[in-house]
Amino acid sequence: MDELRVLLVGDEREFLEILLKRLLKRGIKVAGASSGEEAIKIIKETPPDVVLLDVRLQGMDGIHTLREIKKIGPLVEVIMLTGHANLEIAVEGMESGAFDYLMKPTDVDELLYKLEDAFKRKTIQEQKIRRLEKLKGSERG
Amino acid sequence: MNQENRLKDPYYKSLTRKMLFIVIVVSLAPLITVSGIILNRFSVSYNEKLNAHLGELVLKHSQNIDGFLLEKLNNIRFMAGAFTVEELNNAEFLRNNLAALQTEYGSVFEDLGVVNDKGIQVTYAGPFKLEKARYSDAEWFRKAIKSDYFISDVFLGLRGTPHFIITVRQMSNGKPWILRATISFVAFNSRVENLRIGKTGFAFILNSKGEFQSKPGFEVVHGKSYSFYESIKSGIKTKDGVFFSEMADDSGKENLYVASLIKNGDWLLIYQQDKSDAFSDLTHAKQIALFIILTGGIIILITALLLSKRMVARIVQADLEKELMNQQVIEIGKLASLGELAAGIAHEINNPVAIMVEEAGWVHDIMEDGQFSSKENKDEFERALAQIKTQGTRCREIIQKLLSFARKTDTCIEDVRINEVINDVISFCAQRAKFSNVVIKSKLQENLPVISLSHTEILQVLLNLMNNALDSLEKRGGNITLTSLLEGDEMVISIADDGPGIPRANLARIFDPFFTTKPVGKGTGLGLSICYGIIKKIGGEIDVRSVVDAGTTFHIRLPCRRND
Repeated sequence: MDELRVLLVGDEREFLEILLKRLLKRGIKVAGASSGEEAIKIIKETPPDVVLLDVRLQGMDGIHTLREIKKIGPLVEVIMLTGHANLEIAVEGMESGAFDYLMKPTDVDELLYKLEDAFKRKTIQEQKIRRLEKLKGSERG
Repeated sequence: MNQENRLKDPYYKSLTRKMLFIVIVVSLAPLITVSGIILNRFSVSYNEKLNAHLGELVLKHSQNIDGFLLEKLNNIRFMAGAFTVEELNNAEFLRNNLAALQTEYGSVFEDLGVVNDKGIQVTYAGPFKLEKARYSDAEWFRKAIKSDYFISDVFLGLRGTPHFIITVRQMSNGKPWILRATISFVAFNSRVENLRIGKTGFAFILNSKGEFQSKPGFEVVHGKSYSFYESIKSGIKTKDGVFFSEMADDSGKENLYVASLIKNGDWLLIYQQDKSDAFSDLTHAKQIALFIILTGGIIILITALLLSKRMVARIVQADLEKELMNQQVIEIGKLASLGELAAGIAHEINNPVAIMVEEAGWVHDIMEDGQFSSKENKDEFERALAQIKTQGTRCREIIQKLLSFARKTDTCIEDVRINEVINDVISFCAQRAKFSNVVIKSKLQENLPVISLSHTEILQVLLNLMNNALDSLEKRGGNITLTSLLEGDEMVISIADDGPGIPRANLARIFDPFFTTKPVGKGTGLGLSICYGIIKKIGGEIDVRSVVDAGTTFHIRLPCRRND
């Protein structure tokens, strides 16, 4: 099984940095992006397994970014990070294919569980796809 | 402003006047019309009835008088025909006949006499000494000798008292002789006097020269000249031969005259009555009607006055209540906008709190490793603590901002620097604008005078307009420009966005309470109506210009007195 790779997207530098540190300390391969556009660029180059996405972003907003991510890599799981006031955006995000959402301030353990859950799902999905492809290959053969 | 002062307001005064006028006109018009018509009809029919009644009365009396005269004439004719001149020339016989007549008819016949063709009374029976009296020059004799019978006018004659005579001419031996009888004026007069109606109604007789033939019961002020006689005869004549006329006498009293010809047209029986007396019933009815109209009018006037006063007082009360309600709506709106603000601020606080939690967690992570003393970790602790302090300060600033707004929710009037308020609004909305990709620009005129108004209220208005502008730009971003400038004595604040604009159909309604284009549960529809209410209360104006797809601009004009 591959190692979990996470992309953190948020435009508040201080928050992004400290969360990066804590996740790195826990041995998770994590990168940061300070805007939606930057996140899309990174995902195109080196696709992560899970994206932790702050829905309040300057420029391209959270929902927009989520949809873009799902367009580029449908298997990439997205966990949304929201404040109290925008639960509606959380609902909209879930409808657009997000794996889950987290409310700020977050508990780091809870975050880890969710990241692992998301990664597990992604892995299972990938395994299923591989199996199907194998079946397809044998049929042709 | 209390109710008493309100009632003195020109608007309410004119309202009272209008109501009063309408009530009075609507109530009095039918009253006067109906009373007028009824009175008029009554007066016409009463007139007709009275005239018919008087006409009949006068006619009956004239027939009565004619009958009396005819009867007396027939008595004398009978006597002249039944006895010869020789028999009648016997004084004793004549006296007996007079006595017989007086027994039969009372004192109607005063005396009897036989007059020969020379006009000398040959024989006489009666209370006066008139034997051998010479009548050859008397007017009655000249007429009597020419006709079979004759009734004279009333005259004084030889005896010096008013009387009239009846004569019958007979022929004896080719020479005419006359039997004459004197009719007592008193007896005749009582027949005319009997005709008495009301207080002033009485009758009298005039001959064709306009001389009295009876003693009028009352003073007849007219000269009773020939002209009076003529004017009565020229009155309205009915088919029964009754004359009606109205004339004022010398004292100016209006009299009613009803007349009929008697004695083959020689005499005129005239009935005279004071008009006011004749129409006393009508006058009475008129007085009652007038009394009713006056009383009714006064009652209507009082009612209208009380009614309109009370109605206007009610309207004033309703207006006051409406204003109070508006005030309450403004208060509620204030709470609502405070709630909105609180939600926004809570969100803003969330970010630094999240950072602090993560920093604290980070410190905890390092401590779990148990390596406190390494230089690297010590630096990390210091950095984390500094970060927590920074974020804590950020929280405090946000909370202070919220507190300052909450403190100023009272509507006390103070000197406000409008540019400071605008800058506050911009800072309140900065966060939201950032995430909606909205650029807020401000063009504020320097050195604006301070303006006296409630800080909270103007802040509320500007925040509301700002929020609307941000709402309109949420989807696609854009620009908002806030401007303040002085135009004469007015401060003009404008908030312009380059959003989708307001459709023309909605433009007229945006200030109406509860009008909203937002989905149910999103907007109360009170925001702009509250803004409108607040600005109007301050004495300012708020208007909107909007072009679809080009943007919307709200202008607020506030009156300002220069303090310098």
